[in-house]
Amino acid sequence: MRVAVVRFPGSNCDQDALHSLRDDLGIAADYAWHEDRDLSGFDAVFLPGGFSYGDYLRCGAIASRAPILDEVRRFAREGRPVIGVCNGFQVLCEAGLLPGALMRNLSEKFVCKTVWLQAGNRSSLWTRGVPDRPIAIPIAHGEGRYLCDEDTLKRLQDRDLVAFRYVDRDGRRTPEANPNGSLDDIAGILSEGGNVLGMMPHPERATNELLGGTDGRTILSALLAVRA
Amino acid sequence: MTTVRVTVTLKPSLLDSAGRTVAGSLVKLGFDEVKDVRIGKVIRLQLETYDEARVRAMCDKLLANPVIEDYTIEVEP
Repeated sequence: MRVAVVRFPGSNCDQDALHSLRDDLGIAADYAWHEDRDLSGFDAVFLPGGFSYGDYLRCGAIASRAPILDEVRRFAREGRPVIGVCNGFQVLCEAGLLPGALMRNLSEKFVCKTVWLQAGNRSSLWTRGVPDRPIAIPIAHGEGRYLCDEDTLKRLQDRDLVAFRYVDRDGRRTPEANPNGSLDDIAGILSEGGNVLGMMPHPERATNELLGGTDGRTILSALLAVRA
Repeated sequence: MTTVRVTVTLKPSLLDSAGRTVAGSLVKLGFDEVKDVRIGKVIRLQLETYDEARVRAMCDKLLANPVIEDYTIEVEP
């Protein structure tokens, strides 16, 4: 198993992602460049957070048209693990690999803190190791309000494709626990096949006790179980 | 050369949180006739040749996100 951490101009969580995968989880990982057209030799893709292309036009819009996205699409189609965190989630939505869009936080403020998440699905490639209790994962975003049309929301709900919802420490869904005004308290969603995960919270920032917690391991360690 | 103005706006059904904040600020400044503000984007394109279908394709492929935005295309005189 070898993970490609894709760097776009303006990515700024790429080093965190690489460090978390390699040093905290013991998973082989290397950088890939947004202009690369060949990801052979890799088995999974990590689209990190940041401000790709300066968030010009819309968050993730330009990155989602980058040459490497053809390979990311191939990975998604072939059932390989693809994760987009924060800006990476925005890229996946802009690319049409996940439905919906991420809009400005309802508060109009950049929110940087640790939140609690409850898994809405615990059987997919990405979520089968996540415990049935709230997990603590940091967020840091200004545009994380998930939105989609009613039909899409119903499909996400009916097929258990809502990966994570914002909850409070006790697992209750309250307006206060939702940091950005996301529809249905959605923090992350899965593709139909369950192999593509997009989420605003940063699991790669929660894989080491020294950095405040290890709940992110329950998500990223899914890669350890995937056969290369 | 043709100048084309693409105006991208949030779909009317969506809450424009930035617009709402600006509206609140205008009212605080004494412009209490302001009842709503919607913020959009104007994109001006200089085109060697103008073909509306191609500009529409530019909007669909990149300039607007059909999930959340509408757009209009106008040729500037």
